[in-house]
Amino acid sequence: MSLKNQVAIVGVGDTKVGVVPGMSATQLYVQAAKLALDDAGLTKNDIDGLITSNSFVEPYMYHAEMIAEYMQIFPRYCITVPTGGGTTGAALHHAASAIVTGMADTVLVTKADSQITGMSRAKAIEAMATAGHAQFERPYGLPIPGYYALLARAHEHAYGTTAEQRAAVAVACRKHASMNPAAQMRDPITIDDVLKSRMICDPLHLLDCSLVSDGGAAFILTSAERARDFPKKPVYLLGVGEGHTHEHVSQALSLTSSAAREAGERAYKMAGLGPQDIDFAELYDCFTPVVIIELEDLGFCPKGEGGRFVEGGRIELGGELPINTHGGLLSHCHPGQPGSMFAITEAVRQLRGECGQRQVRDARTALVHCQGGIMSTHCTLIFGAEQI
Amino acid sequence: MATGSDKPIPTATFETRPYWEGCKRRELRIQRCAACGHNQFFPRLYCTRCFSDRIEWIKASGRATVSTFTIVRRPVSPAFADDVPYVVALVKLDEGPTMMTNIVGCAPEQVAIGMAVRVTFEDWSEEIAIPKFEPA
Repeated sequence: MSLKNQVAIVGVGDTKVGVVPGMSATQLYVQAAKLALDDAGLTKNDIDGLITSNSFVEPYMYHAEMIAEYMQIFPRYCITVPTGGGTTGAALHHAASAIVTGMADTVLVTKADSQITGMSRAKAIEAMATAGHAQFERPYGLPIPGYYALLARAHEHAYGTTAEQRAAVAVACRKHASMNPAAQMRDPITIDDVLKSRMICDPLHLLDCSLVSDGGAAFILTSAERARDFPKKPVYLLGVGEGHTHEHVSQALSLTSSAAREAGERAYKMAGLGPQDIDFAELYDCFTPVVIIELEDLGFCPKGEGGRFVEGGRIELGGELPINTHGGLLSHCHPGQPGSMFAITEAVRQLRGECGQRQVRDARTALVHCQGGIMSTHCTLIFGAEQI
Repeated sequence: MATGSDKPIPTATFETRPYWEGCKRRELRIQRCAACGHNQFFPRLYCTRCFSDRIEWIKASGRATVSTFTIVRRPVSPAFADDVPYVVALVKLDEGPTMMTNIVGCAPEQVAIGMAVRVTFEDWSEEIAIPKFEPA
């Protein structure tokens, strides 16, 4: 059984992002849910499946059940999925499977966190210092950007990728954010601005790193058959695939490629499509080198060519493959686990044609790639404006 | 990096105790599978290649090559503040497995991918010495 053409997103909602004072992580979770319900023209009682991903600053042992309790909904399918940045894709994969197998008819996926407003300095330091294996990695004092700096350096050494090429990714994301009133960082930047920003962990500069944010987003998934009766144009799932290789970077099979390759191949196979069929892509961009590796692993260019691929505006709106049209984690927002939710809500709005100044012309087919850990967990999603 | 007093000192477990006992004796120990000869690190109950339980500890040569590295400019926590800038690297042991480590004994700018390094140990407590690597 394939999930192709079987389910569709019928509602999306984003809270305000950036610094959102006076809102807890739980409130952001539920506000995102309400916005998605409103967009779908549903009431909370129409929801019979719920997926959340917990919260770093306000964790619960039974998080999805806590959100259901807060909303006073009583789903028959209810689960917390936490796989870091990969969570969003995995959550959608599970929600689609639940719908196709009859575990639920209408699944709400909502995710939020308040990593600025809800985070004390002590908690922020703890978050940074508890990455990595307690015995075999943590004693060496690597901050999170450093984990990705290891990959950037390896890619540089293997393929001659440059700081300017990585910077082009940050510049493209900022350009798109400048056209998105909702984005956290909207002032355009140049390659030179990235190169002159403070060095964090060689070779990554401050502007190679994504943001820290408050914010949440939600979507509602239902069967393709039911999706025809909703007020907004449904966006169909055409393909989905996952790949998982490790938890710790020192156990990674490769430093220059990832399971984005397997995830992508599985998603393309289900959809019966290839990279040449994708009109735009929303790629996980916690740090700029990740986008370059993903473009290669997802088949948009040969291995080692990612640096050259991002040059010359190819990944900007109007280019051959616009990426991160909302601004991505680098410039739109990055509240932690919810990061890729905004990639999905953006893909849905693009495929509905709702994006105004930043609309991708004739957008029919979108690819969203979610990544968690240190290139550990991957999920590729392919969406279409129509069933194919 | 003088002492590890405020740093995240590892706690040996049943599974990792032979490794940490080795470090204290200035021996870098990894596991070898007696069934298929595969060398592995982190320590595990079974062989990651053939899943045999015939796991033995061996003394590694302590020689390795830098696979990749970064220079940390902002410390991960206040406990590392006196150390910046410092190098964190992944090194490939001559026996095969990869480890995370610090490269010490040279200026951070002298570290390069492909550089030959050898193990050295830094005492952090009565029980724990941390293996680091220096130019060979």
